[in-house]
Amino acid sequence: MGNRTVIPIGPYHPLQEEPEFFRLWVEGETVVDIDVNIGYNHRGIEKLCELKTYDQIPFVVERVCGICSTSHPLAFVNAVEDLADIEIPERARYIRSIIAELERIHNHLLWVGLAGHFLGYNTVWMWAWRYREPVLDILEKITGNRQNYAMMKVGGVRRDIEDADIPDILRLVDDLVPAVDMFKGAILDDPVLHARLKGIGVLTKEEVHNYGAVGPTARASGVAVDVRRDDPYAAYDLVDWDVVTQEEGDVFAKAVVRVLELYESVKIVKECLERLKKTKGEIDVKVKEIPSGEGIGHAEAPRGEVFHYVRSDGTNRPIRHKIKSPSYTNVPTFKATVIGGTISDATITLAAVDPCYSCTERVAVVDKKTGRRRLNGEDLVRLSQEKTERIKRSMGL
Amino acid sequence: MNEIEDLKSNLKDLIIKWQETQRRVYFDVQKEDVPRVVGYIFNDLGARFIIVTGMDTPRGIEMLYHFGLDHLGKVVSVRTFIDGDRPEIESVTPIIKGAGWIEREIHDILGVNFLHHPNLKRLITADDWPEDKYPLRLRPSSGKGPEG
Repeated sequence: MGNRTVIPIGPYHPLQEEPEFFRLWVEGETVVDIDVNIGYNHRGIEKLCELKTYDQIPFVVERVCGICSTSHPLAFVNAVEDLADIEIPERARYIRSIIAELERIHNHLLWVGLAGHFLGYNTVWMWAWRYREPVLDILEKITGNRQNYAMMKVGGVRRDIEDADIPDILRLVDDLVPAVDMFKGAILDDPVLHARLKGIGVLTKEEVHNYGAVGPTARASGVAVDVRRDDPYAAYDLVDWDVVTQEEGDVFAKAVVRVLELYESVKIVKECLERLKKTKGEIDVKVKEIPSGEGIGHAEAPRGEVFHYVRSDGTNRPIRHKIKSPSYTNVPTFKATVIGGTISDATITLAAVDPCYSCTERVAVVDKKTGRRRLNGEDLVRLSQEKTERIKRSMGL
Repeated sequence: MNEIEDLKSNLKDLIIKWQETQRRVYFDVQKEDVPRVVGYIFNDLGARFIIVTGMDTPRGIEMLYHFGLDHLGKVVSVRTFIDGDRPEIESVTPIIKGAGWIEREIHDILGVNFLHHPNLKRLITADDWPEDKYPLRLRPSSGKGPEG
């Protein structure tokens, strides 16, 4: 055995927004073992949910994850609707899918950007995040918020999408396609990325099964698991779309799956919007009480299956609410993918499962007296440009 | 014959109670039979391991091992009860690597001892959390006062 050294990454690291601690044991450049420590951010949300009513819990669980902020409420309402045998109106089913797919689009763009950043390919990072912004604008238009949309409720959705807004949303979604084409070219045709990512961090089909890996992490290894198709909810069995898979299981395949899924998500959103125009009626059913019993709901979050189990004793609060997020079984696959690789490949291999980071920060300066916004997005861009000019002048440029 | 029928016929001596709806299956087994049942579902039927739910109930610690039979669109949950006074059960991590974390978590929050778990150290409770306090227990675990 060679000389073994420990390289700690975290728990607080400038690149990571959330605390998590990786210990890499290395011999020379080769990683020989890894240990992952979590729990720095445990908030006791399962326990908290036992103290909230069925109507309040969607608001709590959308704070499980800043990015998958609609997947958790969706899995939760699926679980309660399974428990109480509730059928939701068709209109609500389309709206649920639209929100969930817009979430997937902005999540995958976020990941493409971060992956570029991890590789030192910052142009991709800037461009991916630039095209993520209009997606958040659409979500803000529909829900009033860029994140934490508060759309899901037991029995339907909380807000409707007005017919008058549909053309605008469709235009914004259409505008995404050329951008996705660009990313597809920038990533899939780039010889440097091929050299950097192919054959790196390979996860085999067997290890996907052993670890219970889900989402793009599993689909990039040729395992076609997708709750949207396997156990359809919302409108996924009403519209036409495909499950994207790749066979190689390396980091490149994981990138390909995510980029190609963007096209499927755009397709789903567009078809749901078209059908929404023709589907009139309520957006929710009245739910009077939740009987005693148990229910299971799952939803395909951008990172993979989100799973919720709910036990009811017939009161207005659950007696147990179990939540399983995709990273819980994706992150442990590092044991299978990082060991044997080099230190320089470890960061992108770790990033390839898209471990969860929260990104909900924004700024709005509001005048307290009038309630008016004093600074908006355009003002911030202008201020930033003015500052750059000032710095350039002071440097004599 | 699909996997659900296989399951019913091959494990019929071990199944205590069976409940089935269109998309969900729940069945009860003795805790001693869990490794055999879970091994059969995971290895022979090739079901996807999802997660384990643990909860404290008046009947003891209830454990639910959830599996996805994805091409049938079904979730299968194996239920067993463990004595709440001395909660102990055989670990399934030697069969399913992916169960390592959740067994550590249930150990943290409910105090279940998983026998033959390869690495039963703390996962989510803080390093300075007291040894004998389990946040999701209904009953006091050491007689020293309320939980959490």
